[in-house]
Amino acid sequence: MVIAVSMLDTKLLRDFGRLWPQVLAIALVIAGGVASLVLSVGSFRSLDETRAAYYERNRFADVFATVQRAPLTLVDSIAKIPGVAAAEARISKLALLDIENFLEPATGLFISLPRGGAPALNIPYLRVGRYPAPGSADEVMVSDAFAKAHGLVPGDSFSAILNGRKRVLTIVGTALTPEFIYAIGPGDRMPDNRRFAIIWMPERALASAYGLQGAFSSVSIKLLRNASEAEVIDRLDALLDPYGGDAAYGRKDQTSHAFLEHGLDMLRSMSSTIPPIFLLVTAFLINLVLSRLVALEREQIGLFKALGYGNGAIAGHYIKFVLGVAVFGIAVGSVAGTWLGVYVTGIFGEFYQFPFLVFAESADVYLLGAALSLAAAIAGAFRAIREIVALPPAVAMQPAAPPRYGHILPGWLSLDRILSQPMMMTLRGLGRRPLRSILTATGIALATAILIVSLFTADAIEQLVDVTYFMADRQDASIGFVQKEPAGIVMQVARLPGVLAAEPIREVPARIRSGNVERRVSISGRTRGADLSRIIDTDLQPVVLPETGLAISAYLAGILGVNVGDTVELDLLEGQRRTVTVPVAALVEDYFGIRAVMDASALARLMREAPSTNGANISLDASRTEDLYAAIKAMPVAAGLALQDTTLANFRRSLAITITTMAGIYTGLAAIIAFGIVYNSTRISLSERARELASLRVLGFTRWEAMRILLLELVILTLVAQPPGWLVGFGLAWIMKTRLAGELMRVPMIMQNLTYAIASAIIIAAAVASALVVARRVAGLDLVAVLKTRD
Amino acid sequence: MVIRLARGYRTQAERTVGSRVFTAQGLTKVYGSGDVEVRALNDVNFEIDAGEIVVLLGPSGSGKSTLLNIMGGLDQATSGHLFYRDTELTTLSDRALTFYRRERVGFVFQFYNLVPSLTAYENVALVTHLSKRPLAPADALALVGLEGRLDHFPAQLSGGEQQRVAIARAIAKRPEVLLCDEPTGALDSKTGIRVIEALLTASAELRTTTLLITHNAAIQSVADRVFFFADGRISRIAANDTRTSAAELTW
Repeated sequence: MVIAVSMLDTKLLRDFGRLWPQVLAIALVIAGGVASLVLSVGSFRSLDETRAAYYERNRFADVFATVQRAPLTLVDSIAKIPGVAAAEARISKLALLDIENFLEPATGLFISLPRGGAPALNIPYLRVGRYPAPGSADEVMVSDAFAKAHGLVPGDSFSAILNGRKRVLTIVGTALTPEFIYAIGPGDRMPDNRRFAIIWMPERALASAYGLQGAFSSVSIKLLRNASEAEVIDRLDALLDPYGGDAAYGRKDQTSHAFLEHGLDMLRSMSSTIPPIFLLVTAFLINLVLSRLVALEREQIGLFKALGYGNGAIAGHYIKFVLGVAVFGIAVGSVAGTWLGVYVTGIFGEFYQFPFLVFAESADVYLLGAALSLAAAIAGAFRAIREIVALPPAVAMQPAAPPRYGHILPGWLSLDRILSQPMMMTLRGLGRRPLRSILTATGIALATAILIVSLFTADAIEQLVDVTYFMADRQDASIGFVQKEPAGIVMQVARLPGVLAAEPIREVPARIRSGNVERRVSISGRTRGADLSRIIDTDLQPVVLPETGLAISAYLAGILGVNVGDTVELDLLEGQRRTVTVPVAALVEDYFGIRAVMDASALARLMREAPSTNGANISLDASRTEDLYAAIKAMPVAAGLALQDTTLANFRRSLAITITTMAGIYTGLAAIIAFGIVYNSTRISLSERARELASLRVLGFTRWEAMRILLLELVILTLVAQPPGWLVGFGLAWIMKTRLAGELMRVPMIMQNLTYAIASAIIIAAAVASALVVARRVAGLDLVAVLKTRD
Repeated sequence: MVIRLARGYRTQAERTVGSRVFTAQGLTKVYGSGDVEVRALNDVNFEIDAGEIVVLLGPSGSGKSTLLNIMGGLDQATSGHLFYRDTELTTLSDRALTFYRRERVGFVFQFYNLVPSLTAYENVALVTHLSKRPLAPADALALVGLEGRLDHFPAQLSGGEQQRVAIARAIAKRPEVLLCDEPTGALDSKTGIRVIEALLTASAELRTTTLLITHNAAIQSVADRVFFFADGRISRIAANDTRTSAAELTW
């Protein structure tokens, strides 16, 4: 047996050598599937664990609340709320910054540091330098990203307008914080590290600047395990209410956490949608390809049987072959997937400013990818071997009996006479093995589909940008105010240099409820006839808001289970904190957050307040932006200015890092898989038809004429596969869109014709490349050898 | 490895030269059914003794290959009985037939059927383990005059050489029965004669019962007996009193 094993194994090794381009192509298909799984699950888990470790080590709080001014003595009562593990009060204030050589107004969120230096909750992670000395009046520590964006280092200074007074502050250190992993300034949708800073300042200095000695304006709470967050929030609200407290909220509504959660959610959705599709597609493809490859060995299998080898030994030999291919693919896929995973984790880690990265060990992912690939490969081989060993060896050793050909169409149609001879051969060739033709076309269609689903995100993002920035929020910039102002202030804004038009924005925090489903939202009040920022309904048409009633995100309506005409309950979380019932008047198509919009005067009536505003949308004369910057910096009520262009650029940049990176990698893997399947289909067709082609050459066909028969088959299968591929691709994209949808962001279901074209173009390119490789083989066909070897 | 013998036929030790090896009774093979039914073998009867050299002669489609395939356990008869010594081959399972082929039968085909990715030596070694007391692959190749071409791949060998590798592979396990289907069919006369010579040498050396299919009437003179085939039947059996040696053949 020793010799036998070595002989069959020798054959095995030589087969690998002989078939290396195909072995490589199949291995790449497997590698693509495995890599996509290892990459996405690995990077998701790494980021998830990194975040968890970061939160844990730096004691990220569970509940947050802000208040106008509450006495520090209240902290004891807060700490005694059942379920509270730790409570820490602090001062937090927004203020405009003035940085040398930076014209745009930047905003700083000032956070007080306790006398002892480091806080007990939301502990900053010191990157460079040191904490400010507790007694100092002008020392600050700034967020690392902001310092980097401006090239600021310890020792540098900048100005801030604290409570209306300009102060020069000196940086002594830079830090990261789990509280602002995603640091979004007032009025912004995206982090902008140049224009928004977290600034830590000793409590004494900040308290004296704002006259908050012995008082606090923000409190963070760490909960005990098993504590009820809702109960703690209720009690906290009750304690803070007399002091002008805004409604407390948990991590779910904490901006940075929510955005990070959403980012990871999208990664998780992608990792649980695309890789399984890839893996299933590759499993199908390798099954298909390997069964055809083994079927080509029909005569040798017959010979082994004639020589006295048992079915087990023969099956074992071919299974070893496919295992070899699969193991090679799995190894390449695992290594590539791990490498890509580390790369992606690194990119995300840098984007999110994690102080460290934890790489998750995910043996199960490798095992899953390997097991599925191996099973598919073995099943493919088995399918072919079973059919062949069922034949008596005498039959197996002979070439398969000539199949029965038929006319393509009934005689009276007589298309046969219209079609050219090669076309006829090709069509009959396809028709005589309908199952194989269908399977091959299915394989090519699936390759098209996975390309489409990979490319889909780019289309979706473009549509999202189009609707959001060019149809709905058309303002050039938004000014945020430090606090609520009378609506008349917009007249002042309109007179600022460069401002062409200004519209007030009123935002009221609220809980919206239907039955027992409740969400925290911000209700936007819009003045009648506002034209800069518009409401776009689900038909992408601008909506005129009714005088009463609420327009809510279609997604929110879905969550609440309400439709136009139904009523919802609102807990207004500001002012008198009334609970009111309002009808839903329209559904809004939006992709960011969940929101509710109503007429500004209706909102003022609900709030029982004079018309007020928290900010203004403006349109700008671009030539005068610098004057506007200067004017805003001198405006004490202004907390910041968000430029639409900058927001859009930041949005694209952030997407480029998150979604686009992944989509790009997936597209690459899909292209490799697509090439693998097309190449193998062509290559195997050549092997299956080598004799036929050689016979044609012997009969006097030129190389090109012989080649054309083979190419026609490829062309027909590839083209026929495209429309179903588009359909399946659209279906897969729809699944992905549904899974990517979240309360913070959704992507629209839109597919550009160009996407179908690109996907098909990649497949066709793969087909052309395969054809070129195979053409060289046809040219090199040894006519005599092919014809003389069998009867 | 211990080769487990399937029940149903005897071990090598029980083999005796001169005794009856094959007995066929009413052997019939039908391909297809209904309108397209083809009777490849129709009620064939014969007996063959150990060590005999039998040539099967007849036109294409007369049933020679079908008979050889059934005798070699490569195919199943539709009806009738075929005994290999005391074992009825026609009743054996696929597994038992596999062991029968492995231990008793050597095949030589018209188109060599070498494994292209293995060298001459390796092609022979492919089968030597299957037997309990095989010839060394090099010895088997020497027996057919290929001692100098052990490391050549099939593609590097001429047709005659490839066929001699196939013969070496067939005899290397010292089979009791050597079944040759048109071994010279694809070869020119000079090469064909060398192949027949190699076949007869090996067969005599190992005292193998040999059946040889041919179209070539010239070859019949090397046989002990000649079975003439027509339309799926043995039309006539002729015995040669004296056998000519391969070297004396011409065609």
